[in-house]
Amino acid sequence: MSATAPTAAPGQETSPGRGSLSAETGPARAWRWLREHAVNIVAILVVIYLLVPIVVIFVFSFNNPAGRYNFTWVGFTLQHWSHPFSNSELTEAMLTSIKLALLATVVSTIIGTMMAIALVRHKFVGRRIANFLIVIPMATPEVVMGASLLSFFLILGTPALGFETLLIAHVMFCISFVVVVVRSRLIGFDRSLEEAAKDLGAGPFTTFRLITFPLILPGIFGAAMLAFALSIDDFVISNFNSGTTVTFPLYIFGAAQRGIPVEVYVVAMILFFATVLAMGFATWQQRRAERMTSIRPEQESDIVLPGIA
Amino acid sequence: MSSELNSEVTMDGNQGAAAAPAAVSSVELRGVTKRFGDFTAVDDLDLTLGQGEFFTLLGPSGCGKTTTLRMIAGFERPTSGEIAIDGEDVAALPPHKRPTNTVFQSYALFPHLSVEKNVGFGLKRKGVGKDEIAERVAAELQRVGLAREANRRPSQLSGGMQQRVALARALVNLPKVLLLDEPLGALDLKLRKGLQVELKRIQREVGITFVYVTHDQEEALTMSDRIAVMNRGHVEQVSVPEEVYDRPTTTFVAGFIGVSNLMPATVSAAGKVRLDGGPEVGADTADLANGERCAAVVRPEKLTVSMNGAGPEAGRPRVEGVVESSLYLGTATQIVVNLGGDVRMTVLVPNADEAERQRLPGGGAKVSLSWAPEHMHVVRESPNGNG
Repeated sequence: MSATAPTAAPGQETSPGRGSLSAETGPARAWRWLREHAVNIVAILVVIYLLVPIVVIFVFSFNNPAGRYNFTWVGFTLQHWSHPFSNSELTEAMLTSIKLALLATVVSTIIGTMMAIALVRHKFVGRRIANFLIVIPMATPEVVMGASLLSFFLILGTPALGFETLLIAHVMFCISFVVVVVRSRLIGFDRSLEEAAKDLGAGPFTTFRLITFPLILPGIFGAAMLAFALSIDDFVISNFNSGTTVTFPLYIFGAAQRGIPVEVYVVAMILFFATVLAMGFATWQQRRAERMTSIRPEQESDIVLPGIA
Repeated sequence: MSSELNSEVTMDGNQGAAAAPAAVSSVELRGVTKRFGDFTAVDDLDLTLGQGEFFTLLGPSGCGKTTTLRMIAGFERPTSGEIAIDGEDVAALPPHKRPTNTVFQSYALFPHLSVEKNVGFGLKRKGVGKDEIAERVAAELQRVGLAREANRRPSQLSGGMQQRVALARALVNLPKVLLLDEPLGALDLKLRKGLQVELKRIQREVGITFVYVTHDQEEALTMSDRIAVMNRGHVEQVSVPEEVYDRPTTTFVAGFIGVSNLMPATVSAAGKVRLDGGPEVGADTADLANGERCAAVVRPEKLTVSMNGAGPEAGRPRVEGVVESSLYLGTATQIVVNLGGDVRMTVLVPNADEAERQRLPGGGAKVSLSWAPEHMHVVRESPNGNG
């Protein structure tokens, strides 16, 4: 086939392919271009799919709706952006959410980090089971967890559902994620670094403070970010255990019945941008950490003899 | 107690007095055994290291050499036995309280600290003053040729440089014993050769006892004052490099050091061994009992190969075999001769004369091997198998 093609080409000057390689027909060229860029095109479509809802909210945060419903575009205004916290109910819910998320993050990060260290570093009875059980809250449907937490609080005779029960619930579901993130960081940890520190005269605590902790810090930081993100937008579990306390997601859910004020869009966007910034920072931290730990000699030297392992 | 006080005082530089008697043992292992579950990594090990000695633990992977090193450092606790450093029992001490420092195979440099901070880490833990730390770190970096890299991160250095930082970080503390776990294993051949010379120079300069772990017999022979050849948790032979190479005591040592040219034999009488399927040859059998199984070793360069029919020089012991392969190595030709029954002998013939080389027997040729009686050496069957 390939041998006959070049000789046949000159004689078939009139065929649709026109023989010459440089002059493809329009559809053929388009098809080739499509094939070559298929991955990029699909990627762009996926990104658009993911971003469109956010863009819509962003756009409608500048809307000037006529009635209570902010669903049709009326006109552009900066009014809501200039007074994002004019709605006191919304602001209060937002502050409650931030306070709750910060506290839940701190508590779950501390407990989760300690648990991860115990699970990776120490051998004890039940370690295997604990390692398995820790992912259960991640796999349990939120509705089930929320309902069972509520009955748990009621059985215990909690005086009143509110901020405290919310905090307990949030810490509970955040811990699993913290443990999983920090644990993965600890598993990849080069233990000889700790041995080196001890060898150089550092006791167990000093070794942890000067070597282990700084090196797993990016992991802990990432875990904390995740915990915060999970806590601040939790609706299902919070809905069961909030009592009269209103968090940001609970407020929006309630407001949706009566029409969502535009301020919600604005505050949501502020939250979104803050998250993007924080994520960018976390990624940068992670990169830096990876660069620091990638100093194993076998990776560094590009002239290692093949037989040495 | 008094010796402990003494060593505290001498830390400040009055070390000459303490190191005066050369016969003093630096590290002593008595009956050290380490088991991991059912596996015995080190079995009833006895070793005595001299002050300022460059001592190498040599053996294949899994022979227990690294475990031994880690027990001296304190990372592993012996299942039984005693370890003493400068006469002081350290078995109960954790690593951070032992007068040893380690250069790790992976270097284990702290990635988040600068070179300077890495090297100064040990001194800071000891509570040495800031100025003194800066001074000693600078001097140590100067010694290993990294004075200009003080402020860089380990990840910004090449493998060879990282290795030097690891060495400086350990040496700056002036440990009584420096432990090195295959420190050159990850480097390429050329760099390794250069660092071997440098390590040896530094060791002479500082006069600290070095315990060096390697599986590279050439490295061990080049650098060591003494070598302990280890096999399956046992020490097979402890001696100076020349002894280990020329007069191995067991089949394992003979096989591990250099080319394995072993002919199975039996001690037939005092001073005589009978090669399996071969002649009776006179040999030094001082350590062996009559009738004991052993092996005769002849180094490849000491063997003469001749075509069948052409008689070897009279009076020399000889064996018959078939040439299996002949390899041109540039400066020499390597001929492998099968004596039958899986016994193979390697012969190295220097390529001095091209015409002579052309006459060397090829594959399949029947040949006889002969050697001068003084070049044959009898070794005991290794009690631990041949790895």
